[in-house]
Amino acid sequence: MLVGHQSWLFSNAPVIIASAAVGGPFEANGAVAEDFDILHDDIWMGQESLEKAEKKLLEEACERVITKAKLKKEDIQFFFSGDLTNQIVTSSFAARTLGIPYFGLFGACSSSMEGLALSSFIVNAGGARYVMAAAASHNGAVNKQYRYPTEYGAQLPPTAQWTVTGAGVALVAAAGEGSRVVAATIGKVVDLGITDPFNMGAAMAPAAVETILSHFRDFGVDASEYDLIATGDLGKVGHVIAAEMLAEKGIVIPPEKLTDCGLIIYKEEQNVFSGASGAACSATVTYGHFMNRLKRGELKKILVVATGALLSPLSYQQKESIPCIAHAVAIEG
Amino acid sequence: MQQFLVAFLVGGGICVIGQIMLDYFRLTPAHTTVTMVVAGSVLGGLGLYDPLIKFAGAGATMPISSFGNALVSGALSEAKNSGMIGVLTGIFEVTSAGISAAIIFGFLASLIFKPKG
Amino acid sequence: MANKKLKKQTPKQQAYQNFAQEREPKRPLLLNCFRAFLVGGIISVVGQFFQWLYIKYFGFTELTAGNPTVATMIILATLLTGLGIYDHLAQYAGAGTIIPVTGFANTVASAAIDHRSEGYVLGVGGNMFKIAGPVITFGVFSAFVVAVIRIKVDWLGGM
Repeated sequence: MLVGHQSWLFSNAPVIIASAAVGGPFEANGAVAEDFDILHDDIWMGQESLEKAEKKLLEEACERVITKAKLKKEDIQFFFSGDLTNQIVTSSFAARTLGIPYFGLFGACSSSMEGLALSSFIVNAGGARYVMAAAASHNGAVNKQYRYPTEYGAQLPPTAQWTVTGAGVALVAAAGEGSRVVAATIGKVVDLGITDPFNMGAAMAPAAVETILSHFRDFGVDASEYDLIATGDLGKVGHVIAAEMLAEKGIVIPPEKLTDCGLIIYKEEQNVFSGASGAACSATVTYGHFMNRLKRGELKKILVVATGALLSPLSYQQKESIPCIAHAVAIEG
Repeated sequence: MQQFLVAFLVGGGICVIGQIMLDYFRLTPAHTTVTMVVAGSVLGGLGLYDPLIKFAGAGATMPISSFGNALVSGALSEAKNSGMIGVLTGIFEVTSAGISAAIIFGFLASLIFKPKG
Repeated sequence: MANKKLKKQTPKQQAYQNFAQEREPKRPLLLNCFRAFLVGGIISVVGQFFQWLYIKYFGFTELTAGNPTVATMIILATLLTGLGIYDHLAQYAGAGTIIPVTGFANTVASAAIDHRSEGYVLGVGGNMFKIAGPVITFGVFSAFVVAVIRIKVDWLGGM
């Protein structure tokens, strides 16, 4: 059901009956390693290229989530997936392997919540019994495409972020045991003129703020509605900016409540500059760490605001600024 | 011994100029190295880079600016022999070792190594 | 350069630029310069050592020793790139590893290594100069312009 200007309320409470998070060696040394289902000890996953490794991560996560739900591939009606590769081939090739009717998404690092929002809407509306929402990224493959070759000696600035190597998947069903998806707010593209591709946090913060404000306005709630409001990957820089921008609009969210997946996934000594990023960042932290915390009752209701920077390597060279987007999904229980 | 010290100081100094271009002027590494190479060409054309090499040895030949100087040297020396066409035929004369080595060993590296992350 | 970009932006965007810039962790310029100086200097010393070696033991002269020296440094840098060491050194040293000719070797080697997955012809061959291209292009073009100007000036001077 449409609520306000750009939000949905899922009155039939679609359930995330299973979720899975897969990661690489860096994530294995990270702060939430126990919340991953599978962790690899090298970046190749036994594949010939880093792009194929990214596909393997996504396929593994999907297969694991289907097993955890005690279902078969054939039981699932639709598959939403997004990643950062050109033409989202990682998602398309995973969809080929799965053989499930497929919606390819490009929301950059906001793909996880974009997929979850759409999956929940379809299940809530009776359009499917089971829908999978996934997102994946690979540090090496993403750097090769967007920035520099893996072994290139560039000096990254303190605002840079580290792309997560991993994949996160959620399986949404009309009924069953698990956390319920209760609402979603779809974001608009926001561009406040940041042109520096090594400062994604500053570029994405306004989009996150815009979506959070829209969510609060559409539902007539404030931060007290949630135990945790987690942005996708604003990192240290974007996190501070977003908190200040919200405060300027009169929304003061205490620091224990406003967090960022990019700040959660790694340990301080891993030296990831401003924090983690990548489509897998919000996906693995939400579908691994947050799902476990909700299951244990540590959290009752959370709002995950996945943030994405919608640039291409070419747009930056053509002196375009970086348009960003953020999608919010509220998960309960 | 003194030659090593001068090389250290001049080589380090040129790198500091590069660092200022990267951090203060916010140029990309590509823009920074291009600026250095063009600077080397211009200084070479003005006859100022060779004296620097004589003074600082590797401190002046190691930075990428020496590449610009070497290209100009090659062009000018060949032009002395064969006229204006010498600019084209001589430009890679001095730098051939560097470029060849980069290509050959870069290719060999791709045969042997995988990205480590 | 920053002002050129600001001109095309709305007041709201300009205000945000300033806001974001104030909250951006500052790059440690002095520290980075020191590190660049240190590593760039050391690389020059290593180069100087090889130059001395080639003159003393291999019969090169001061004029001709530059060539094998540069080639040697390039081979070393390519090796360090392949071993996965160069990029970590570069994070520390910044311009100290980008400016020396070893940085050039690193751009070629890293691109070649990364693109092997696309095959040797299209991948390695087609992408090898992805990052080194600007240096070669502008190096050659500027040398061409400078040389032509110098020749003309000399010719005019000789008249």
